[in-house]
Amino acid sequence: MTLEELQRTAQEERASQSKVACHLHVCTAASCLSAGSAQVKQALEQELAERGMRSFCRVKGVGCMGLCSAGPLVAAHPEGFLYGRVTPEDAPDITRSLVEGRPVRRLSVPTDQPFFRRQRKLVLENAGLVDPERLEEYIAAGGYASLLKALTEMTPQDVIREVTISGLRGRGGAGYPTGLKWSTVAKSTDAEKYVVCNADEGDPGAFMDRAVLESDPHRVLEGMTIAAYAVGARHGFIYVRAEYPLAVARLRTAIRQAERAGLLGNRIAGTPFSFHIEVRLGAGAFVCGEETALMASIEGRRGTPRPRPPYPAEYGLWGHSTLINNVETFANIPVIVREGGQWFARIGTATSKGTKVFALAGRVVNTGLIEVPMGISLREIIFEIGGGIPDGRRFKAVQTGGPSGGCIPEEHLDTPVDYESLAALGSMMGSGGLIVMDDTTCMVDLARFFLEFSKGESCGKCVPCRVGTAHLYELLDRLVKGEANGESLRMLEELSDLLRHTSLCGLGQSAPNPVLSTLRYFREEYEAHLAGRCLAGTCRVGANR
Amino acid sequence: MNWVRPAPPSEDKRWKIVDAAMRRMGYRRDALIEALHSVQETFGYLDDDSLRYVAQSLRLPLSAVYGVATFYHFFTLKPPGKHTCVVCTGTACHIKGAPQLLEMMEREYQLKPGETTADGRLSLLTARCVGSCGLAPVVVLDRELGGKLTPEQLRHWLEKRLAYDA
Repeated sequence: MTLEELQRTAQEERASQSKVACHLHVCTAASCLSAGSAQVKQALEQELAERGMRSFCRVKGVGCMGLCSAGPLVAAHPEGFLYGRVTPEDAPDITRSLVEGRPVRRLSVPTDQPFFRRQRKLVLENAGLVDPERLEEYIAAGGYASLLKALTEMTPQDVIREVTISGLRGRGGAGYPTGLKWSTVAKSTDAEKYVVCNADEGDPGAFMDRAVLESDPHRVLEGMTIAAYAVGARHGFIYVRAEYPLAVARLRTAIRQAERAGLLGNRIAGTPFSFHIEVRLGAGAFVCGEETALMASIEGRRGTPRPRPPYPAEYGLWGHSTLINNVETFANIPVIVREGGQWFARIGTATSKGTKVFALAGRVVNTGLIEVPMGISLREIIFEIGGGIPDGRRFKAVQTGGPSGGCIPEEHLDTPVDYESLAALGSMMGSGGLIVMDDTTCMVDLARFFLEFSKGESCGKCVPCRVGTAHLYELLDRLVKGEANGESLRMLEELSDLLRHTSLCGLGQSAPNPVLSTLRYFREEYEAHLAGRCLAGTCRVGANR
Repeated sequence: MNWVRPAPPSEDKRWKIVDAAMRRMGYRRDALIEALHSVQETFGYLDDDSLRYVAQSLRLPLSAVYGVATFYHFFTLKPPGKHTCVVCTGTACHIKGAPQLLEMMEREYQLKPGETTADGRLSLLTARCVGSCGLAPVVVLDRELGGKLTPEQLRHWLEKRLAYDA
């Protein structure tokens, strides 16, 4: 597909869409599907057919609209009505409201609430608007124009320069400058290079990558292909969790469509550049999110990490120079190429540019998927976008960064969200899971929960992590059960320090973070446990005394 | 010496699916995880014969295949029950009541995670996070996802599912 053909496809698709006066967008991402959106979609289609309204209105399945807690969601365009908790029985009312031009009150979800107003969508700009299973819609929304721009108007160095200027940093959590990573791989003289997309989203409480893949899979393919052009790779892999069957299916469909349209595969868009992408399934090992373990897994081996350096840029898949980025990082690329690095760098803070997608969950009114500019405060996210804590309870802490992150208490809620500020609090940006906790959560129990996780997911290769996480868990378990002695807090700290400095990979190095951050901010809860009480009242401390 | 590709362990036609998965990747060693996925998807679990067959087909030591099969949590070497109930134990589910769901499973069905009832009708598994945190606590029963469940609702759902077979 050449540039002219791409533009023609976009025009035809837009013309076809404008033939009907309105569209009903039904969310068909995993969360709404499990709340019954497939039946809603079917009921709406049937209702429109029965009323002979199909030339007036079209129903389409779209990706995530964000407010998962109110699912299944249905949006009417261009009217701008948004309906939540829709059931198939609501279909007649919804179709009638289109004719009358008045929203159905009882189903309406206000769209002027902070949840929608405070967001800034770049990565998710198409989520909820395009049908993730149709290439034409992605093209009509401007998709693949960035790829063709890169291939026809820019040299690989130009692309890397724009990415460097944009200030984009790795969205998987560590925040390594993307432009720098790309230029390292580009400089390699290796004849065979690879581009790998890390979609092994293992942090419990994180579903950003899943939503991106389910809502806008072509965007990730486009970002990867631009990256491959920039670094000079011909083969790519997307390593995605087997636990995300819908994301896998949509990715495979998208790859097939892009290949057929000549936007992926041999001689892309008539240029000499070729790039092939294969999907590889993970098999439920958290450690495979670590890049060297991930590569071992792609090679068909046990997913155990190895020491770095050498970094994947020098010695990656099968020993070749390899570029690994996270889903969200790749999803940012089309925007950067389209609007320019300068434009992108104007969003965010001095050190953290652009936006960040977060999965908001736990004890908060609005749970779901959000995208906010970097630098927004945690308080704004939780109390404005998230709508605060339900059931009149008190906020206690927010957990960021999953098992590698920490808990942030109320007094630090005004901290701006950027890589450095969160790290200074003893937590981390992480991949984007934000779990809000109220006063019913015991922080000692929470630390034990995360160590149970890390203990189970430790690959066993290095001793500090394999034995250390088990010991940390033991200590915390005794605290939770009220069997600990006065030495245990000191031992927790010592052991945490040991793990942090001597573990082989990020899993072991960051496993103590949930312990250290809760010890730092909620020490009184640990001390209460020692004294035989649980402040949240959830642990049966003293039952075994 | 010419190496001969092994014959499938049985006459079962479903081995063709597994063969296709390995052929697609040229019987390369990196096809191992994909091959195991296809065995598990086809037969429900990985038995000794299938591990041996995959090892021979990909010309890998059996120890390497067993090592991979046991390393990844997704693979199971035990036949699953007729129904599988996966309780998500992700962070959001944990603070919204997943431990109570597991307690109920142990109390009512004498099941701990990883176990199957004596009559083979129900298996209980846990997942680290199924990524539907907005609906916490979440349970996946036979690939169908249910959200915002209380222990009582889960029991009701299971009873309905189990009664359906009878």
